[in-house]
Amino acid sequence: MLYTNLNHIESAAEHQKVISENENVMICCGRMGPMCIPVYEIMEELEPQYPHVKFYDMEFDNPDARVIREAPECRGFMGLPFTVYYKNGKIVKATSSIQTMDQVKSILNQEFGVPVTA
Amino acid sequence: MMKSDIHYDVIVLGAGPAGLTAGIYLSRARIRTLIINEGTVGGQMVLTHEIANYPGVETTSGYQLSGIMKKQARSFGCDIVGNASLRELMLEGPVKMVRLSDGREYSASAIILAPGGRPRQLGVPGEETFRGKGISYCATCDGDFFTGKEIIVVGGGNSALEEAVSLTKYASRVTIVHQFDHFQAFEYAIEEARNNPSIRFILSSTIAAFHGNEKLQSVDIKNLLTGELHNMPIDGVFVFIGYVPNTEFLRGKLNLNEYGEILVNANMETGINGVFAAGDAVAKRFRQITTAVGDGTVAALAAAQYVYTFRQQKQAEAVKIN
Repeated sequence: MLYTNLNHIESAAEHQKVISENENVMICCGRMGPMCIPVYEIMEELEPQYPHVKFYDMEFDNPDARVIREAPECRGFMGLPFTVYYKNGKIVKATSSIQTMDQVKSILNQEFGVPVTA
Repeated sequence: MMKSDIHYDVIVLGAGPAGLTAGIYLSRARIRTLIINEGTVGGQMVLTHEIANYPGVETTSGYQLSGIMKKQARSFGCDIVGNASLRELMLEGPVKMVRLSDGREYSASAIILAPGGRPRQLGVPGEETFRGKGISYCATCDGDFFTGKEIIVVGGGNSALEEAVSLTKYASRVTIVHQFDHFQAFEYAIEEARNNPSIRFILSSTIAAFHGNEKLQSVDIKNLLTGELHNMPIDGVFVFIGYVPNTEFLRGKLNLNEYGEILVNANMETGINGVFAAGDAVAKRFRQITTAVGDGTVAALAAAQYVYTFRQQKQAEAVKIN
């Protein structure tokens, strides 16, 4: 169980639904560990700033998280969390281990576009 | 001179145990306080998997302890801005100013600097490329990726030796690479590592480069006595070589020592009026959550006294003018 304020994905079916029904999706797949928590917090902070992106987490030890663990883009990853970015259902970027706010924003801006502020 | 959007009595830069403690004490004393933090609230405390020696608290995680401290600070009215990016800082003069990259500006009568530190990196070729792909800084997070594999632990302090022992639960063999011919760790940690049959040692040596394709495959190890370089196939490397203070933004603004640590007196005062410092970024021997909490308390009480005196002076000046 991930104790975050993000929306959780709990099954492979739900994962498929989320990435097929939303154009831009960021999913952080991890545990409640030291390298993962900072990424969840960054996502919680960015969620309201990026309304065109859906933010989710998924527990790494959930057997259905194989959809991320075994993704070709995550081959060679040996550090939690695995963070994947989907555009129209396809992975466009994946990172391993802790990331900074600037690194996450840079990927979001590059892959999904800079948020439009009123 | 910058003109701020919001004025506080005290701004605390950093939300690790030192900064959060300062926030708790100041807000409880009804001193208007803002904590600004560049990373995750909790600082390095969040990176601690298990805390068993924090007095009065049974074994807990760094995440839980930082969550409680944050809640305490907020309950007393302390404002907290997290994941901020600092752009400009003015420490001199009676009004201190902070400007963030997003344009927000804050001023205060006093500032407490509690920026903490971060794990030291080796700074050799390939380190950034293979971070999370064989190079790790957290044994509890990533240890199980290396089950049955051969790994290296770099370092010679308590963290390095204790984590090396803990990693033998997963790895088939752990090699400790250390730059000196002796360890800085406590005797119990050295003995435990030496008595573990899965651990071997390469001393007076360092890693000079990381190599691989999709993930780490080998390292170049340099013997620091002979200069000899040899390549060693390896699946993973865990780096525990201490911490560096997050004080780059303070260079040229106040007194730092040769390691970049902030110099303070017993009241946690820096050389600038109204500027205090606390926590791991301060020059001191021991760095624990408890020592950071102690620093934060002293800095908060000293800053509170400074703010009261500052207020009295302002009131006296106002009376004189009238």
